[in-house]
Amino acid sequence: MADILAFAETRGGALRPVAGEVVATARKLADQMGGQVVAVVVGGPGSAEAASGLSRFGADRILVCEAESLSLYQPDAAVELLASVTESVAPGAILFPASAQGKDLAARVAARLDVALGSEATEIVLEDGNPVISRPMYGGKAYGRFRFLDSPALISIRPNVFPATVDPREAVVESLAPVDVSPRTRVVAVEAAERAALDVREAPVVVAGGRGLQDAGNWQLLEDLVDALGDEATLGASRAVVDAGWRPHSEQVGQTGKVVSPNLYFAVGISGAIQHLAGMRTAGVIVAVNKDAEAPIFGVANYGVVGDLFEVLPRLTEEIRAARRSGG
Amino acid sequence: MRSIVCIKRVPDSEARLRVAADGLAIESSGVKFSMNPYDEFALEEALRLKEQFGEGSVTAITVGPDDSRETLRSALAMGADEGVLLRSAGSYDGLAIARALADEITTREYDLVLFGKQAIDDDGMQVPAMVAQLLSLPCATVVVDLQIEGGIATAKREIEGGHEIVEFDLPGVVAAQKGLNEPRYPSLKGIMAAKRKPLDEKDIVLVEPKIELLTLTPPPARPEPQIVGEGADAVPELVRRLREEAKVL
Ligand SMILES: Cc1cc2nc3c(=O)[nH]c(=O)nc-3n(C[C@H](O)[C@H](O)[C@H](O)COP(=O)(O)OP(=O)(O)OC[C@H]3O[C@@H](n4cnc5c(N)ncnc54)[C@H](O)[C@@H]3O)c2cc1C
Ligand SMILES: Nc1ncnc2c1ncn2[C@@H]1O[C@H](COP(=O)(O)O)[C@@H](O)[C@H]1O
Repeated sequence: MADILAFAETRGGALRPVAGEVVATARKLADQMGGQVVAVVVGGPGSAEAASGLSRFGADRILVCEAESLSLYQPDAAVELLASVTESVAPGAILFPASAQGKDLAARVAARLDVALGSEATEIVLEDGNPVISRPMYGGKAYGRFRFLDSPALISIRPNVFPATVDPREAVVESLAPVDVSPRTRVVAVEAAERAALDVREAPVVVAGGRGLQDAGNWQLLEDLVDALGDEATLGASRAVVDAGWRPHSEQVGQTGKVVSPNLYFAVGISGAIQHLAGMRTAGVIVAVNKDAEAPIFGVANYGVVGDLFEVLPRLTEEIRAARRSGG
Repeated sequence: MRSIVCIKRVPDSEARLRVAADGLAIESSGVKFSMNPYDEFALEEALRLKEQFGEGSVTAITVGPDDSRETLRSALAMGADEGVLLRSAGSYDGLAIARALADEITTREYDLVLFGKQAIDDDGMQVPAMVAQLLSLPCATVVVDLQIEGGIATAKREIEGGHEIVEFDLPGVVAAQKGLNEPRYPSLKGIMAAKRKPLDEKDIVLVEPKIELLTLTPPPARPEPQIVGEGADAVPELVRRLREEAKVL
């Protein structure tokens, strides 16, 4: 019997989408291990109220540390809070989102607790009562299965892979007093990207463009497709177009960009270099549009259209609009 | 600015990799190895800081087998002043590596310890923040911009949908993301000079891992690719399959 701690990330007093995935994954694990799900929320004003929503995903206890000083991520305070909660709950595992904040925090907590961390897990199962994870390595060229030799097992889960299954509980919300630390690392501000779009790592649908688009000005074609696909969709890019300065690095998919696992990935005018595939081969459904029938992207695509993207894209946008209008 | 840069020898990002017969490692014969690409950004930043401040040093450290000497030589050729090889087998436990690095770093004087944000072999994304925690140092990970003035570092770190601005007093830890800078190529002069630069080697023993690799397997196969058709005329059929077969629209 062991409880599972779930670090539920907030920003600006609201839960981030991955928070539901982390808590729901913890719920599954707790059911198998016969324990409770203890969600931990650290954030600024509004966090406690937002946190109560975690009962929907199966949290039994919700521990909230809400303070003005925690409005931005404060790693030193967060590490000490998690260390003290770990001491009182003695969990069998601690789950984090493999987000920018989750990865940073998980590594610090692992060193603080002197236990191992398994990053970006895409599967968690129980073997002999202990968690075993699978995680992509070598840019997705191989998958490793790992067993933890000590407790708690620290695991960060890849966004968009584990479902945020609804499994409501009557949760108790308890408040945690901030621990007194003099912060060494000070997060002083957050700058939002110009486009307040979904991050490419967390979007369920990604429309990615490559050098085949020929010019930054042609991105309107991809934006139209994103628009047709609705608010779950966002843009991605190959490194070639990021290096050309057509798109920001934050959109780059691949080994030196972001690793994405959307349900649906459009690769438009992207050849499918091995470093690009490293970033998107775990997508659910891959659609490739390329004029070169030999392009390696077709080797991983579920569906391919061979042709000139300047003809295919407008038609695709139109047909998808029509399909969604007819209740798709 | 005195910088320590932690670098790792990894299979080149172009390399096609196969799982070795024992199912516990990558088949390394015939594979080209390079310096981890993110570590090049870290090293470049250290070199620029030394140039900017007009004084200081750049020390490259690696934990790994004998072959890692090659990677240290590349770092020296790029412009690092000295290399340190902590010779040992690798470990899949990032914390064991972090401890070895921290034990070495703590014996030295430095203003900044730089890392890549991720090693592209184990994709652990953990060693930099672990070293910082072990040494009670401030730390910014996934850094795309770094400014240092009056003993204070201001780092811009990439987060979903934007950036965080992180400040800390030196000494501290920075983990580099692509975008931080454009790494230089070693010059011929640099390559020659590297042969005379100090390269210290010592054997170390890593702490016992707390995580165990059970199996390494090729990635799950993707479904058989289907070419739906050619040109815009194939679009209605594509949309039909996306709706009815794949059910993603
Ligand atoms: C260390 C390292 C790390 C790297 N990391 C990454 C990474 O993270 N992400 C990444 O993407 N790359 C990465 N790369 C670069 C990678 O090797 C490729 O160079 C890059 O992915 C190519 O981008 P692309 O597909 O847009 O361009 P190209 O390879 O030039 O492909 C353009 C494609 O567009 C097609 N095309 C052209 N015109 C049309 C048209 N009118 N209609 C339809 N199709 C058309 C062409 O047939 C071609 O297939 C990395 C490389 C290295 C060495
Ligand atoms: N064996 C090693 N020797 C030196 N530095 C390392 C080693 N392993 C990881 N690092 C550093 O830590 C960073 C992140 O690695 P990882 O946490 O394994 O993804 C790398 O980019 C290196 O800077």
